[in-house]
Amino acid sequence: MRMEKGLARYIWRNTSRQQLWILAIVALSMIPYFLSFDLPKQIVNGPIQGQGFEDVDATRTFMELSPTLPLIGEVHLFSGFELDRLQTLLALSFVFLGLVVLNGLFKFYINTYKGRLGERMLRRIRFDLIDRVLRFPPNQFKKIKSAEIATMIKDEVEPLGGFTGDAFVQPALLGGQAITALTFIILQNFWLGMIAASIVCVQAVIIPRMRRRLLELGRQRQLTARQLSGRVSEIVDGIHSIHAHDTSNLERADIAQRLGLIFTIRYDLYQWKFLVKFINNFLAQVTPFLFYVIGGYLVLQGRLDVGQLVAVIAAYKDLPGPLKELIDWDQARQDVQVKYAQVVEQFDIEHLVPAEVQTVMREPVERLAAPLVASNLLVTDDSGAPILNRVSIEIQPNETIAILGQNGAGGEAVAEAFGRVVWPDSGKITIGGQDILEMPESVTGRRISFASSDAHFFQGTLRDNLFYGLKHAPLTETTYKGSEARQFKRNLLEAQRSGNPSFDLNSDWIDYDAAGATGPDDLLKVIRPVLDAVMISQDIFDLALRSKVDLAAHPAMSEVIVEVRAALQRRLAEEDLAGTVVPFQPDNYNDQATVGENLLFGTMRQSMLTPATLAAHPYFKQIMRETGLSNDLYAMGLEIAETAVELFRDLPPDNPFFQQLTFMSAEDIPAYEELLQSLKGTTAEEASSEDRINIIRLSFAYIEPRHRFGLLTPELREKIVQARQRFYADLPEDLATMIERHDPAKFSESASLIDNVLFGRIAYSEADASDRIKRIARDIFAEMDLEHNVLSIGLDFDVGTQGRRLTNVQRQKLNLARVLLKRSDYFIFNRPLPALDQRAQDQIVNNIMRDLHRDGYRPAIIWVLPTADVAQLFDRILVFEGGNLVENGAYDEVFDKNGMFKQLVS
Amino acid sequence: MLLKDEVEMLRRVPLFSKIAPAKLKLLAFASERLNCREGQNLFRQGDPGDAAYVVLSGTADVLVNSNGDEVKVADVEQNSIVGEIAILCDVSRTATVRATSRLEVLKISKENFLGLMNDFPDMAVEIMRVLADRLNHTTSELTAARAREQRATT
Repeated sequence: MRMEKGLARYIWRNTSRQQLWILAIVALSMIPYFLSFDLPKQIVNGPIQGQGFEDVDATRTFMELSPTLPLIGEVHLFSGFELDRLQTLLALSFVFLGLVVLNGLFKFYINTYKGRLGERMLRRIRFDLIDRVLRFPPNQFKKIKSAEIATMIKDEVEPLGGFTGDAFVQPALLGGQAITALTFIILQNFWLGMIAASIVCVQAVIIPRMRRRLLELGRQRQLTARQLSGRVSEIVDGIHSIHAHDTSNLERADIAQRLGLIFTIRYDLYQWKFLVKFINNFLAQVTPFLFYVIGGYLVLQGRLDVGQLVAVIAAYKDLPGPLKELIDWDQARQDVQVKYAQVVEQFDIEHLVPAEVQTVMREPVERLAAPLVASNLLVTDDSGAPILNRVSIEIQPNETIAILGQNGAGGEAVAEAFGRVVWPDSGKITIGGQDILEMPESVTGRRISFASSDAHFFQGTLRDNLFYGLKHAPLTETTYKGSEARQFKRNLLEAQRSGNPSFDLNSDWIDYDAAGATGPDDLLKVIRPVLDAVMISQDIFDLALRSKVDLAAHPAMSEVIVEVRAALQRRLAEEDLAGTVVPFQPDNYNDQATVGENLLFGTMRQSMLTPATLAAHPYFKQIMRETGLSNDLYAMGLEIAETAVELFRDLPPDNPFFQQLTFMSAEDIPAYEELLQSLKGTTAEEASSEDRINIIRLSFAYIEPRHRFGLLTPELREKIVQARQRFYADLPEDLATMIERHDPAKFSESASLIDNVLFGRIAYSEADASDRIKRIARDIFAEMDLEHNVLSIGLDFDVGTQGRRLTNVQRQKLNLARVLLKRSDYFIFNRPLPALDQRAQDQIVNNIMRDLHRDGYRPAIIWVLPTADVAQLFDRILVFEGGNLVENGAYDEVFDKNGMFKQLVS
Repeated sequence: MLLKDEVEMLRRVPLFSKIAPAKLKLLAFASERLNCREGQNLFRQGDPGDAAYVVLSGTADVLVNSNGDEVKVADVEQNSIVGEIAILCDVSRTATVRATSRLEVLKISKENFLGLMNDFPDMAVEIMRVLADRLNHTTSELTAARAREQRATT
C-alpha cells in the first residue's frame, strides 16, 4: 500500500468523523459567543442607562421564550419573569457571567479535543512509519542512515500532530469570520467594500508567491538538519576509525561546513519570514489609509455620509485579525505539508514486505518437511556484478551440508539468500513450491534459522538477548487487577484509536515449547547444553561472579550463602590455601582490605551513597573527630603523600610505575607537592576541610601489604576497629539503609557474587590465588547444584548498546546460541565465528554437529566453513568458485575428484 | 616486610647494586610481592612471559621439558633474577620455575623492567653480564656434554 501523498487527505482519511464532530461543536459554540457580544450593550442601555425603566416601578420580562419559527409562526413557550431595574441588572450580569463560563468551557473542550486528535494522529503516523521500516526490503538499509530515520520519525513529523486539530476547523472558523466582516463592509458601502476585497485579493496572491521561497528554504532546513543527525551518528559509530586515522579534524571541518550551511539557510529563512510579515502588515494597514483618503474624499464630495464611513472603518477592525490568522494557518499548512512530503518520500518505497507476511502467529508452526530448493539463483552486488551465477541447489530436510570456497566465491551469498538477508535478482528459493520471501515470517523466522558474524544485540540483559529469538508473539494473557485493569483497557482502546496494534508487552513472549522447555523453570536446563556447545558457559559464569545479585530475582542465593561460605573455607583448608583469603571479622582489622573498607566494614549501596557523601555526613564526621581517628588518618595521609611525592616526583607522567600508584594519578603529584609544603606540621583541625579530605582520602585507600609504607601500627588498627564499632553502635536511620554491614550470615546486594562467596579479601602476595579461588568457587557451585542459579545471575548482565559490553567473541558465540535455541528445521550458519581462532571454531562446529542431532530431532544444517578442517562431519559438500557451484557431493566423492576441494584441504 | 627492607634486599641483588636507593624504592613500590608455596610453579614453560622475578628468599628449580620428561637444568638462589629472557626476547617462557621451599619474589612487569634498562645503562650492562655468565656456563656444559658424547661413540 502506498502512503498518501497529500497531508490533508491523509488527515481527512483517518479523522474525518472527528473533524466533522469538532466542526459541529465549533458551530454550536458560536451561539453563546455571539450572544455575549450583544449582552454588554443590553446591560448598558437597559438597567444602567434606564431604557425601558422610565417609571420607578417599571419591570421587564426576562427569559421570555417565544421564538418565531418559519411556517408555524410565533410559538409561546415560556412567559418569563417580571423583574425591576436592579433585578434586571443582576439577572443580565449573571447571564453575562454564565456566557463567559460557557464560552470558556467550549474553548476548553474544543482545545483538548483538538489536542487529543493531534496526538492520536502523531501516534498513528509514527507507528505507520516504523511499521514501514520493519517492512523495508533489505537493500533499502544500504542507503539509509539510522539516525536520519530516527530524526524523521521523532522530530520531523511532530508538527503534524499540532496541525491536525486545526486542519479543517481553523479555515472554516476564520474564513467564516473574514467573510462575515467583508460582507458587512460591502453592505455599508459597496465601493469601499470592493477596495477592502481587492486588497485581500492582493494579499491572497502575493503572499503565497513569496511563501514559495519560504517553503523551499524550509525544505532545505529540514534536509540539512536530517543529514546533520545522520553525520553525528556516523561520527559516533565510527569513532575508532576516526581516532585510528587522525581524521578528527576532517570531521570537524565537515561538521563546521554543515553548520554553516544550516546557519545560512536558517538566517535566509528569518529574513524572508519577516519580509513576508512586513508586507502582510503593510497591506493590512494600507486599507484604512484608502478608506480615509477615498472615503474622506467621498464624504467631502457629499456622496457618502459620515456615519457610513465610521461604520465601515469600525467593521474593518474585525477583518485583519481573522485574515492574519488565516494566512498564518496557511503558512503552517504548507510548512507541515512540505515536511510530510519530505518524510513520505523516504518511506514510500517499492517492494515493501507485504503486511500479511508479518502477521502475528500465536500457535506453533508446523515443521517444514519439504526440501529447500534454490533454483537459478542470481545475486548481484550493487554495481551489478554477479556474486552468484544462476545456481540451483536442493537440500533435504535432514541433510547436513558444508559450503566451502574462497571468500566471496559465492558460498556466503547462497547462505544470505537462504537467510533472506539478500533478495535474489532472479530465480527463487522455495520450500514445497512456495517462495520463502512470500511465506509468512512466522514460518521462515522460526523454522529456518540464520546466523552470521554480524551479530546484533539490543540494549538489555544477556537473558533478553539470548531469548530474543523465541519472542514471536504474546503468548500469555496477563491479568490485571483494579486500577491497572482499567488503565490497561484504556491503553488498549487508545491504541486502537491510533491504529496501533494491541499486543501486550507485559505478556510472556518467550515460546518455551519451541526451545523444548515446558516453562520458565526448566528453560535454563534446556539451554545449558547449547551454551556449553558454543563454549560460552564459562564466560557467563565469570560475568556472574563479578556481578551484583538482585536478590528479589534470585532469592535462593541468600538462603545458601552461609553454606557456600563454609564450603569455601573447607576447600581452602583442604587445598592448603587457608591464608589466601582473609575473612572479615567484626573485631579484627583485615590487613588485605583498605583502611576505608576496614572502617566502614560493609558496602555502600550504589546510587544511594558515595564515599564523598559519607565523608560529609555529620554522624561520620562526629565519629572521626571523637575517636581521634581524624587526626591519625590525617597524619598518615601526610606521610603517604610525602612518600608518593618523593617516589614519583621526577617521573614523566606516562611512566608505567604509575600503574601501581592506586590512590593518586600522575596529574595529582604536583598538586600534592604543593599541598604538602603548605600543610607541613599542621594537624587535621588546622587544615581547611577540602585539604583535610584530600589528605585523609589517601589513608582510606591504603593497604599495608600492598603499599608497604609501614604506617599501620597495631594501635592504629585497634583504633580503627573501635571506631568501626562505635560507628555501628548508634548508626542513624538514613545511613543504616544505605550501608550493608558485613554479616557472615547475610548475602550483600551491593557486593559482587565472588565477594559474597569470599567474605573477605584475597591476600595480595599469593601468586595466581584469584584464578585458583575462582576455580574452587565454580566447583562448589557445581557440587551444591547451584550452577543454574549462577548462570541465571550471569544472564542478568547488561550487554550495553549493541552488546558492546561483551567482547566480539562473546557476541558471536551468543548469536550462535540464540539461533540454536530455536530448534528450527533448517539452520544456516554463514561463517558465524570469525572472531575465534580456528581451533575454537572447529571445536564449536564439532559440538554442534554432535549435539544438534539428538532425540530424533534432525534438522538440516548448512554451514559455510572458513576451512575444510571439519568438512568430514557433513553429509555433503558444496564448493563454490567465482559465483558458481563447482563441486557437489559427499566428502570422499569430492575428495577423489582432484579439484577445488582437494586444493582447499591441502 | 616493609618497603625500606625491600630496598635493602634489592641492593644486595647484583643487578640493582648500582641503582640509586630512591629509584630502588620506586621499583619496590611498583612491583608486586608474591609468595610461592613449595612445589608451586612460579611460571611454566610455554606461558607468555610478562614479567621477570627477583628472588628475595627461598629456592627454586629451573626445569625444562624434554620429550615429556622434566629435566632440571639449574638452581635458583636468593638475590638472583629469573624470567628475564622471555621479556627481553619476546618469547614464551623457556623453562618452568618451581619453588623447592617457600619462595618470596618481587614481580617486575615487562614495562617496568624495560623502563629501568632505559633509565639505567648500568643495569643493562649488568643484565648483559648475567646473561653472558649464563651463556658461558651453558657453553662449558655443552662442551662437556659433547666431549662425553664423543667419548661414548668412540
